[in-house]
Amino acid sequence: MGDERITTIEGLSPDGLHPVQVAWEALDVPQCGYCQSGQIMSAASLLQRTPNPTDADIDAALSGNLCRCGTYTRIRQAIREAAEAASRPK
Amino acid sequence: MRLNRRSFLQLTALAGGGLALDLYRSPLTAAQGPGKPPDLTPQAFIHISKDGVVTIMARASESGQGMRNMLPMLIAEELDVDWKDVRVQQAELNEKIYGPQFSGGSANTPTGWEPMRRVGAAGRQLLITAAAQTWSVPGSECTTQHGRVLHAASGRSAGYGELASTAAALPAPVLSSVKLKDPKDYCIIGHSQPGVDTHAIVTGKPIFGIDVELPGMMYAAVEKAPVFAGKVKSANIDQIKSLPGVRHVLVIDGGITPAAYTPWEPGMEPGIAIVADNWWQAQQARDQLVVDWDLGTAATQSSEGFKKRAEELLQAQPANTLRKYGDVDGALQSSAKVVDAIYQYPFLAHVTLEPQGATAHWKDGKLEMWSTSTLPVDGRGLVARTLGIQESDITTRMVRSGGSFGRRLQNDYLVEAAWIARRVDAPVKLLWSREDDIAHDPFRPGGTVGLKGGLDARAKLTVWRHHLVTFGDDKHSTSGGGIGQDTYPAGFVPAYALYTSQQPLTLRTGALRAPGDNAYCWVSQSFLDEMAHAAGRDPLEFQLELLSNKQAPWSSGAHDPIGDHEPTGQSVLIPERFRGVLELVAEKSGWAHRPKTPGRGMGIAAWFCHLGYFAEVADVSVDKSNQVTVHQIWAAGDVGSQIINPAAAENIAYGGIIEGMSHLGQEITLVDGRVQQSNFHNHPLIRMRQAPKIDVYWRKTDYAPTGLGEPTLPPTLPAVTNAIFAATGKRIRTLPLKRSGFSWA
Repeated sequence: MGDERITTIEGLSPDGLHPVQVAWEALDVPQCGYCQSGQIMSAASLLQRTPNPTDADIDAALSGNLCRCGTYTRIRQAIREAAEAASRPK
Repeated sequence: MRLNRRSFLQLTALAGGGLALDLYRSPLTAAQGPGKPPDLTPQAFIHISKDGVVTIMARASESGQGMRNMLPMLIAEELDVDWKDVRVQQAELNEKIYGPQFSGGSANTPTGWEPMRRVGAAGRQLLITAAAQTWSVPGSECTTQHGRVLHAASGRSAGYGELASTAAALPAPVLSSVKLKDPKDYCIIGHSQPGVDTHAIVTGKPIFGIDVELPGMMYAAVEKAPVFAGKVKSANIDQIKSLPGVRHVLVIDGGITPAAYTPWEPGMEPGIAIVADNWWQAQQARDQLVVDWDLGTAATQSSEGFKKRAEELLQAQPANTLRKYGDVDGALQSSAKVVDAIYQYPFLAHVTLEPQGATAHWKDGKLEMWSTSTLPVDGRGLVARTLGIQESDITTRMVRSGGSFGRRLQNDYLVEAAWIARRVDAPVKLLWSREDDIAHDPFRPGGTVGLKGGLDARAKLTVWRHHLVTFGDDKHSTSGGGIGQDTYPAGFVPAYALYTSQQPLTLRTGALRAPGDNAYCWVSQSFLDEMAHAAGRDPLEFQLELLSNKQAPWSSGAHDPIGDHEPTGQSVLIPERFRGVLELVAEKSGWAHRPKTPGRGMGIAAWFCHLGYFAEVADVSVDKSNQVTVHQIWAAGDVGSQIINPAAAENIAYGGIIEGMSHLGQEITLVDGRVQQSNFHNHPLIRMRQAPKIDVYWRKTDYAPTGLGEPTLPPTLPAVTNAIFAATGKRIRTLPLKRSGFSWA
């Protein structure tokens, strides 16, 4: 990876309070949880590039992350909620 | 390896597609030895610290189905504490004080509902008694509220923390005598509670089996034959021993005798275990292995061969009659219209996202193991017998797993890790690669079904003849490959026959989410849809009429003896509940005014299994290249009087539905005994972009709550394929989709 900066789930926030993490907890997204670190990172990356993603944007960004338990419905809701929370005036 | 009878009874209940509640004859009592079994005690499940922190034991393993929430929630409700003051701890493995500690068969809800609430209520009673004794007042004058005992008459109160050590020393009440809350007073049950591990999950904490780390730990990978149970004749062991990081190379002779029927736990698979300083080195060393395998009879098996043999068996007289009543042949002969069909469905792999594996440490004659098994008591027994040690010399730590779906009911990975640990001088973590996991899965068996249905002159269904060709020998169906004799629509059709025949299978099979039902429902609800269309009638109305038509007793009364057969005597289907979910889903989906547009269609299906009733409607589009898009699925479910944790219930309902869709696109095939699939590119999962909108509706009825792990899955498959028929006029009788010329968009 050379000189690239790589952020992993542990580096997303010091306290679990990244908007994506907050939305994930509020909506109780995980079932087994095994895929969730990847889903969260893909979601965070999506929102960094595209603060107001459409369904098609979400599909494109998240379709590389498999979820065996089928939490896709909740993931989608959490992304929308995180996007909305991030766009609200502080 | 023979299992003890009690665990085997539990397993056959899980593997055959039904739950026989009477196997858990006394859910209020702990596991037995000789003599009177002890009641479960609050002291075993509840610990309250001086400052009022309530720790509640979760007795069953967690693989994403929410058991670490649900079971403690029941206790907490009746204990009368706030959920925010509760910490959940995984119970140690000790059925003598916890009762059954397994996760499978959607059983934790129906078997935990009474005893866990009563344990909580017993705890509350002890705290009241402790306060009453401390204050010298009658217990009957005391009440509780959110973790405090109150004596209104004197204005005294105390937090549970102050009373806990006194309470813990008191004799536990008899569980059947404790008083339970009125459901209208519930603060926890029926209210969504966040997952106890959700924060850890979203912050990436290492909480899975694969994350177990111990000082000085070594890593193991096991190379097995390309076919099931193939043995090692010779291998370049010395060369492998010299590779970087390799500490041990061990030949596993294994304990399997290949036969026409492969039992649930057939013994260890042979292979070569490589133990190295890290897993990458072990895997690299595997690439250098040159093994001369004795492949054995499994190498002669192929999907093509199975298909041919199934077709022969369908033409012949069926081997077993599971259920028969009415004049089936006469009714078929006098029918105004007969529909004749052959349905086929493939083997499937579980593909849990976390592959199988376990960590074990043998030290000073004792074994410690970190297990993701969902049947850990049986796992411990199997390890003890395989290693020739006492169960009392084994400590089992239950660790969260990345999904089970029935896979972890079997304990092969645990035995493998223990066997390796016994032979090395350090803790060892065994990991299976994704390719290992698929190749050595205990598959959902494939099957072929010959169906004949007849309509009378009034377009009513009058006869149903069902011949399932599955795998096994003349005494047993392979695990997950049978079906209960009373499975719907038995009892509703005026003349009915259910037959099975078996062909040999030297391959391990097991229980995949809703075993038996996950295939049978698709066949049965698709064929019912065929009959409805042959009758020129609305499939919903056709099935509602069938449900009003009780023709025969639920059961023939001649149950197969429990032993190596599929279980019979599934809990009775109640037509009002089946009808209720069909009507609810029809209402919510707008079934009555579904549009009739070429290329777009809706399909309906319903099922009763694992004590739950689910009806689903799917709305699909199919384009000119036969690519299928599922726009929306509506599901209506009846699992009794309470949805214990609504947020989790909805989530797992979604999960069963998404998995049902995944099944439509998957297959495991064999060529020369070799499994052809290896990873998610050829055994795919539904992805985000394919996931439909899903709406789940609950129909609460006055029955004790039952489980949700499995019953949402079976009706998804026929709802979708019936919708494809509605959209295209093409009937899918062979899965996966691609074998019928369809694919996911």
